[in-house]
Amino acid sequence: MSILGTRVVRNEDPELLTKGGTYTDDLIDERLDGAAHLIFVRSPVAHARILSIDTSEALKLPGVVAVYTAADVDLPIINPPMPMFNQDMTQTPLASDKVRYVGEPVAIVVCDDPYIREDAAELVEVEYDILPAVIGMPNAAKDEVLLWESVGTNTVVDFGTPDDLDPNLFDDCEVVVSHLIQNQRIHPAPMESRSGAASWPEGERLTAWIPSQGAQGAKAALAAQLGIDAAEVHVLTPDVGGAFGARFGADVEMVLTAWVAGKLHRPMRWSETRYENLLAMTHGRAQEQRVTIGGSRDGNMKKYRLEVLADCGAYPKIGGILPSLTRLMTPGTYVFDKAESIAKAVVTNTTPIGAYRGAGRPEATAAIERAVDIFAAEIGMDPADVRRKNLVPKFTEPHLTAFGALYDSGDYETALNKALEAANYEDLRKEQQLRRERGDAKQLGIGMSSYVEITGAGSESGDPNENATVEVHPDGTVTILTGTSPHGQGHATAWAMMASDTLGIGIDKITVIHGDTDLIPKGGGTGGSRSLQQGGMAVQKASIELVDIARTRAAELLEANEADLQFNIDDSGFSVAGVPSSTVTLAKLAEKERLFINAVFAAPGATFPFGAHLAVVEVDVETGKATLERIFCVDDAGVVMNPLLFDGQRHGGIAQGAAQAFLEEFIYDEDGNPLTASFADYPFLSATEVPSFDLVSMVTPTTYNPMGVKGVGEAGTIGATPAVQNAVVDAVSHLGVRHIDMPTSPRVVWEAIEAARSNSNSNGKVA
Amino acid sequence: MQVQITVNKKPRTDEVEPRQLLVHYLRDTAGLKATNVGCDTTSCGACTVLLDGVSVKSCTVLTAQADGGTVVTVEGLGGTADGGQMHPVQSAFREEHGLQCGFCTPGMVMASVGLLSENPNPTEHEVREGLEGNYCRCTGYHNILRAVLLAAQSPDAGKPEAQVSA
Repeated sequence: MSILGTRVVRNEDPELLTKGGTYTDDLIDERLDGAAHLIFVRSPVAHARILSIDTSEALKLPGVVAVYTAADVDLPIINPPMPMFNQDMTQTPLASDKVRYVGEPVAIVVCDDPYIREDAAELVEVEYDILPAVIGMPNAAKDEVLLWESVGTNTVVDFGTPDDLDPNLFDDCEVVVSHLIQNQRIHPAPMESRSGAASWPEGERLTAWIPSQGAQGAKAALAAQLGIDAAEVHVLTPDVGGAFGARFGADVEMVLTAWVAGKLHRPMRWSETRYENLLAMTHGRAQEQRVTIGGSRDGNMKKYRLEVLADCGAYPKIGGILPSLTRLMTPGTYVFDKAESIAKAVVTNTTPIGAYRGAGRPEATAAIERAVDIFAAEIGMDPADVRRKNLVPKFTEPHLTAFGALYDSGDYETALNKALEAANYEDLRKEQQLRRERGDAKQLGIGMSSYVEITGAGSESGDPNENATVEVHPDGTVTILTGTSPHGQGHATAWAMMASDTLGIGIDKITVIHGDTDLIPKGGGTGGSRSLQQGGMAVQKASIELVDIARTRAAELLEANEADLQFNIDDSGFSVAGVPSSTVTLAKLAEKERLFINAVFAAPGATFPFGAHLAVVEVDVETGKATLERIFCVDDAGVVMNPLLFDGQRHGGIAQGAAQAFLEEFIYDEDGNPLTASFADYPFLSATEVPSFDLVSMVTPTTYNPMGVKGVGEAGTIGATPAVQNAVVDAVSHLGVRHIDMPTSPRVVWEAIEAARSNSNSNGKVA
Repeated sequence: MQVQITVNKKPRTDEVEPRQLLVHYLRDTAGLKATNVGCDTTSCGACTVLLDGVSVKSCTVLTAQADGGTVVTVEGLGGTADGGQMHPVQSAFREEHGLQCGFCTPGMVMASVGLLSENPNPTEHEVREGLEGNYCRCTGYHNILRAVLLAAQSPDAGKPEAQVSA
């Protein structure tokens, strides 16, 4: 029986459980012997001109090795990463003339002893001329205060303009509803804050340890930002304590750690505090959306418009491109006569926005799923019925949307029905009705989402492909080199399973190596739920090709025709048909000559997993407190390779999605001061705030790879977020509430209830 | 100042700074890198260890406060350090996939041992309450809960020296 599809516990766990992982801060390596420790002096203000920096007092502190400011740093300017972005919004590695967000690096202090870092940093005196801060996307779009005065605008990029919108779009609609929706800024919050280490002896290459989602991309970024040839850089990826999209490339802190190591020819270590992490690791989401939906009173949705205003934070990063993904997924799982979308991305005096689990797709799903519920409420129809009436029918041949997305396979109605059945939807509605009639303090809310998303769209290096090298050693062990970069996903187990299934060698004998740019020069890393469908498939392809090579060698050794050889999975060897004594194993064949191969698997395109979530919440209408009671999740990401890993990915995503819906928000005041810059203030989800999750199985294979797998890493944040939000609104919809922005915290929910009540009271008086 | 602390069954005597935190003593002085620092505010629990049998957040304990005491970290749990078997909680975390990136895991495992030493047969609700001070970003806590409930089936899962049978 094939190991694929079975529940296999992880190879990586014994070490993580008994010795702990080796994260960057844990590294013990002779190349880092005698390392100094650096710390960044960060801007305490959101927007200001730097008038002067005095480093003299810091330099006097015993143990301080050096202090650097922008005047010392001879590195290239950092240009906006996408050609369509406004290219004049440039950044210097250390702030030079201006600071543009709280937390921006202004100076570097290098110390012998990490225990004096903070003391030393406090001695650097920076004089600021404070400027008005630009906070909030609508304010930024007014262009009254500019982050770059010389540029003349705060707009980074426009994906379409209001002129592209059809003024008559909704003319044929009986019912049109519109709402402004906030998809709030959140922090990726991996458990490991950022860190880095570098060794760059005089006349030698740079070795940099960067906890990232892809060493090869980090190497390219590092070389570019240091202005050196990539051949001069060796990047290693230690264990990574979570990433969630926020660890691609090389952040300026890592570039500067390497730069100082080269400047002083002394190994350097950098690790930030959680406070710094909350300020300076890229944030996610941060979109303001205007949804407008029109149709007929019988529930037929005809037209949909999505207008997005996206926050890039202070410097345009990958966050600037995400609205285009939101736009691509505008219609979700629904059929419209016409849908349209435009997006604008602007800079504000806040932490830059990057990718966060789902990266542009959760924002699209959140918008359409809220719009559908608002439409259903307007016509007084059950939201499940409205969805069923408008879903794209089941398809097996790729379905091209008006926005150019090619959905590979889908059956959205079955997914929705499975979620409704699992939840006993009709019974839940009856219970809800009873509570409403009784006027219970704790009202029941039922919310659903239907979603489709994009996985494996490409890699950091562009095309949807990945490579793997598989080698069988004479002792019967196997080494796999992969261009993916696991940080919790379990590739050491999953790729071993892929190879084991083809080679007939147990997974306990298979070692998976990633994150070393000398050993693995090419790789697209792990992100966008691409790894299994590209990296895993490359392992399988390499394993199959390796058996083919071995067959040729075995034929020579056994003096037989290749056609007469059969490969036996049970003993990982070849035998000659009809000659039982004539056998040779892969390990034996590796004795004479190394037995290995590198293979590239190229997918024909992205896959489009889909599903439906149904959340059940209780809302205390007296306090506004919403509690997630149950969540039923159908996540169809094609064939399941290891249900243990598959479900683990779903769990984490569901929790993060639910957390965005009712808990998390990174908040700035109007002056750009962060109000949630510690885990005491940022509401990180705890074990008491979620239930166990009800997972429902559904498998619709894709034809884009031999196994039929799609990606599942981001399903949870895409499906769960709107389901939970819709449930909270649904719980109080009978009080007249139509929409509540995320996070649906007690205060926000209570205010929505009060507003609806006073609205209905005043309406009553008028009548 | 000088401290005497028994760490993972080994008595140590060390000269430390009075302001040194226990987590830094474990990581930098004793060289035990499994215990991690995840925040600055005693919020996340990644640094949880057992001090005199009670789970504590070692980022909020001074080394000096542990003087004369006994500390167990995840490296000293069960019998793997001496060639023996994993502790029932470690084993259950693997069996139930209660870890992904592994960063919160040493603290989560030690908090779970501490929880089971106080309450050997917790309900689901009690496990969730008991681990409220330990954050995990990867698992959504679903499998951590299952792991602790599985471990609780071992009668001595609250004892740091317990091992699963080979």
